[in-house]
Amino acid sequence: MPTTTIAGRQIDVDAEGFLTQPDQWDEDLALTLAANIGITLTDAHWVPIHFLRKDFETQKETATLRRVSTVGGIPVKELFVLFPGKPAKKMSYIAGLQKPKGCV
Amino acid sequence: MRTLVILGGGTAGTMAANKLRGRLAAEEWQIIVIDKDDNHDYQPAYLFVPFGINKVKQVRKSRRSFIDDGIEVRMADIERVDAEARLVHLGDGSELGYDYLIMATGTTPRPDQTPGMLGPEWRKSVHEFYTYDGMLALKKSLKDFQGGRLVMHITELPIKCPVAPLEFVMLADDFLTKKGVRAATEIVYVTPLDGAFTKPVASRELGHHLSTRNIKVEPDFMIESVDQEAKVIRSYDEREVAYDLLVTVPLNMGADYVAASGLGDELNYVPVDKHTNQSTAYPNIFALGDGSNLPTSKAGSVAHFSVEVFVDNFCELIEGRPMTHSFDGHANCFVESGNGRALLLDFNYETEPLTGHFPLPVGPMSLLKATRANHVGKLAFRHVYWNVLLPGRPLPLHAEMSMLGKRVEPQPVDA
Repeated sequence: MPTTTIAGRQIDVDAEGFLTQPDQWDEDLALTLAANIGITLTDAHWVPIHFLRKDFETQKETATLRRVSTVGGIPVKELFVLFPGKPAKKMSYIAGLQKPKGCV
Repeated sequence: MRTLVILGGGTAGTMAANKLRGRLAAEEWQIIVIDKDDNHDYQPAYLFVPFGINKVKQVRKSRRSFIDDGIEVRMADIERVDAEARLVHLGDGSELGYDYLIMATGTTPRPDQTPGMLGPEWRKSVHEFYTYDGMLALKKSLKDFQGGRLVMHITELPIKCPVAPLEFVMLADDFLTKKGVRAATEIVYVTPLDGAFTKPVASRELGHHLSTRNIKVEPDFMIESVDQEAKVIRSYDEREVAYDLLVTVPLNMGADYVAASGLGDELNYVPVDKHTNQSTAYPNIFALGDGSNLPTSKAGSVAHFSVEVFVDNFCELIEGRPMTHSFDGHANCFVESGNGRALLLDFNYETEPLTGHFPLPVGPMSLLKATRANHVGKLAFRHVYWNVLLPGRPLPLHAEMSMLGKRVEPQPVDA
């Protein structure tokens, strides 16, 4: 598995740069990951990021946008404002989780 | 006498009932299956009938006729499960007690969950192919289709048979070519994911199947509404995709009684242990088939393999022993790619679909590669489904995924 150096640390990532070891993540790392894709994290950004992390602990899967909206209580529209264009992909990247995937 | 109640007589419920009837003594156990009607459909045919690959009369049979005589079958709506009291409340006002409960009521397309989807054009220029009525309506629209924009759209994951939309666009390309209207047609594949293929090996091996057929992909599209008057679908980030014929996969949800019983997640799927299908809330409840929250494809093969593991575990559980069998998430799916060819996928929780060969007694089949043998296998499976799988007879397919024949690729090493 490839590794890369982010914020001075060795991190395991996949070919697209998503973390493959969710436990290597912390909030400091999230700041750097967000900066990598041109996002400055505000309090509003942290709410879905924290939801994704907490949800992953029990579900062992990255929450879909619908789940962030219905369970996390953050409207999809707002997620598109916070993480323009590709909220599902951008949120999971910053939260140190795998992007939502299909079966192929 | 102990009672096992099975809610749902579809693929998983029927298989579980028949297999357990053979394992549980009739004088000690009664098994009752509840379903709302007597229609058991061979669901893969929903995709084939609109293209004339299967006939309408090949789809539907009597549910009861596939359930063993030693099992009671009742037709009723399910209102609610009271898990504390171990009671099922039925639509006719009666209640049914149980010692163990299997929830196997599947997943259902819910067009009502997207604003505008169920407008006056529903089943006219806006279609789905996950129901019997939807299949019939789409067959007619495809027959009448004379060109324009054909849009295949997925609302949100998870969906039943997640490869079906890909099969649909490839079969449509083939069908419209033979009909002579392909040149006048634009086919667009709209997905909430970041591409039509999201797993590395499958992306590499299958990516060209869409581009060589001139099928355009619109990724990261999270639908907000359907505007049937303007004939567009709109996303939350205000993109519009225009259509002349829209074929959508509506949001998939588990049954409403699951929510009414407090036993479901946000999509009414029953949270279960992914290796045993046992409810995480009640040890005497299991959810089998598409209605559970197993983190793998909602597919008949998953129902089949997980039921085999479940039956062995259940027999241990009722004797007070620990459950020693573990489901690995094994799925095995044929993917029709048009022109009389199909691909074969074989994967589980840990292993993504890989290339190579799938060992079968009748001869190896190619994985992730379009072949005629795979297509013949897919068509033959309808007979296997009715005559071997549902009755609970053994098939030469192992519940546990095998790495035999699979080409394992070395992981890329960072420079």
